[in-house]
Amino acid sequence: MNSQTKAEKLQGGALQKNTNVSKPVSMASKRKWKDAGLFTLFVGPVLLAFTIIMLIPFFTGIYYAFTDWNGVTGNINWVGFDNFKYLFTEDKQFQASFLLTAKYTVVAIILTNVIGFALAILVTQMLKTRNILRTVFFMPNLIGGLLLGFIWQFIFVKGFASIGQITGIPLFEMAWLGDANTAFWGIVIVSVWQGAGYIMIIYIAALQNVPQEIVEAARIDGASRWQILRHITVPLVAPAVTICLFLTTASSFKIFDANLSLTNGGPFKSTEMLALNIYTEAFVNNRYGIGEAKALIFFLVVAAITVIQVMYTKKKEVES
Amino acid sequence: MENKYTSKTFILEILAILVGLLFLVPFYYVISNSLKPFAEILTNTSALPKVFQFENYVNAFEKLNYLKVFSNSLIVTVASNVVLVVFCSMAAYMLVRTKKKISNIIFMMFVSSMIIPFQSIMIPLIKTAGTFGLLNSIWGLVIMYLGFGSGMTIFLYHGFIKGIPKELEEAAIIDGCSRFGVFWRIVFPLLKPITVTIVILNSLWIWNDFLLPSLVLQNPEMRTVPLATFFFFGQYTKQWDLALAALILGIIPLLIFFFSMQRHIIKGITSGSIK
Repeated sequence: MNSQTKAEKLQGGALQKNTNVSKPVSMASKRKWKDAGLFTLFVGPVLLAFTIIMLIPFFTGIYYAFTDWNGVTGNINWVGFDNFKYLFTEDKQFQASFLLTAKYTVVAIILTNVIGFALAILVTQMLKTRNILRTVFFMPNLIGGLLLGFIWQFIFVKGFASIGQITGIPLFEMAWLGDANTAFWGIVIVSVWQGAGYIMIIYIAALQNVPQEIVEAARIDGASRWQILRHITVPLVAPAVTICLFLTTASSFKIFDANLSLTNGGPFKSTEMLALNIYTEAFVNNRYGIGEAKALIFFLVVAAITVIQVMYTKKKEVES
Repeated sequence: MENKYTSKTFILEILAILVGLLFLVPFYYVISNSLKPFAEILTNTSALPKVFQFENYVNAFEKLNYLKVFSNSLIVTVASNVVLVVFCSMAAYMLVRTKKKISNIIFMMFVSSMIIPFQSIMIPLIKTAGTFGLLNSIWGLVIMYLGFGSGMTIFLYHGFIKGIPKELEEAAIIDGCSRFGVFWRIVFPLLKPITVTIVILNSLWIWNDFLLPSLVLQNPEMRTVPLATFFFFGQYTKQWDLALAALILGIIPLLIFFFSMQRHIIKGITSGSIK
């Protein structure tokens, strides 16, 4: 027994010595593990949700774009580029939706920015009502596209008819949502009404950063209001213009809610924008494979717009 | 010159007020007609109601199951905001403070996800969400908002945390505080300005979102406000008296939110967009 304890003591001593020698190494690796654990604890939960909600659907989506998946049966066959071939050669509705969305985007960008900028100029003047006006112009932006579409459905159907009756102006007497061309402009009106106030807020922030000394100096030199606007204000708020242009480009291209609630693509699918077209293809026609092929093209266009935006803004930042 | 109220400014003011009224016309039509009986809406759309009657609201309130859909929207919005703020601030903090390649890779992944439009992944999402049992559940929806909102939320937190000096945290660690404690007791309170911005941007988005809940929630008992309004409109097409009252009921919570946080909202949008 005595010898045993001795042995234990010896062993213990040896162990002690051993740990003493390796202490820095084991401490470092222990710390490494602790850091990795902390990293997982902090980053893990959101990364897990992100993986399930975005990463997996994104990559499986690319795969589905090359299949004939119908969403109902488990039968999924690889069809190569057939879906894309179909979209570009046969699917006239998709091509029409694509062109319509492009046209809508151009119109919405121009009108939203011009009106948003004009409103910003207006409410940065020394007006007594400027604060309440800012609120008024911004208010439609709070309401989601779906409710806005329904509000305007009433305006176009009942409100316009009533105004037409009272004033006799033919423009108001038309059935706006019953005609492809006016229904298109109806969507434009709704989105400009919603978007202009948002863009205005960004332009206001930019306008307030224009140094007053320069404006004052120009005025003393005899520049007119228009000349000051054209040659001083506009160039100085150019970075904000870039931001707003791209913001409206991306959001216009992705329009869905107002399209659904105002016209639902009608009359006869003539106002069906791209996002609604993808939705209908997948969830109404149950052609998930083709819908996903459209979705992939949709993604590539949006991604291209965004990447060009980021590159352009970065370049501007370097220049200025 | 800008400080003087000239006659030119007066003309501008009149013009501005007219434009403002033009912006309000749709609201006038919806509100005034929501207070009329059905027949009066058809015959006298532009006039003010002869008698202000709130019957439409009582009816729409009941038929919409308003209390239920309102509380559904509230639960989804509040819960999504909580998980987004908690998990994204933690993740962003760790990604900023860990100077490793992996942090950069993960951060870039989150940021680049911001360019993915919802419609381009909604089809496979429904399948994946089904596999993980997230469909037809309010909590599943909340987890989806955590996934979809994480890109922007982490991006905004990341930018803000980079500007916070490390010294404070180091002092606390020397005093024996754990990393977890350091984050919640010292760093998180400093994030308040950006947290306000994030909560506002996410709240408006989540409250108004229609497409995602429409794909995820099948049970009518779980419907959110935009979803209930959509089905209500489908069911009562052309019954404008009920439909308009329902619309106003859907807008009121947003207006209350806006007028109670107006200053923060404007600031949030300005700083959120410039990023």
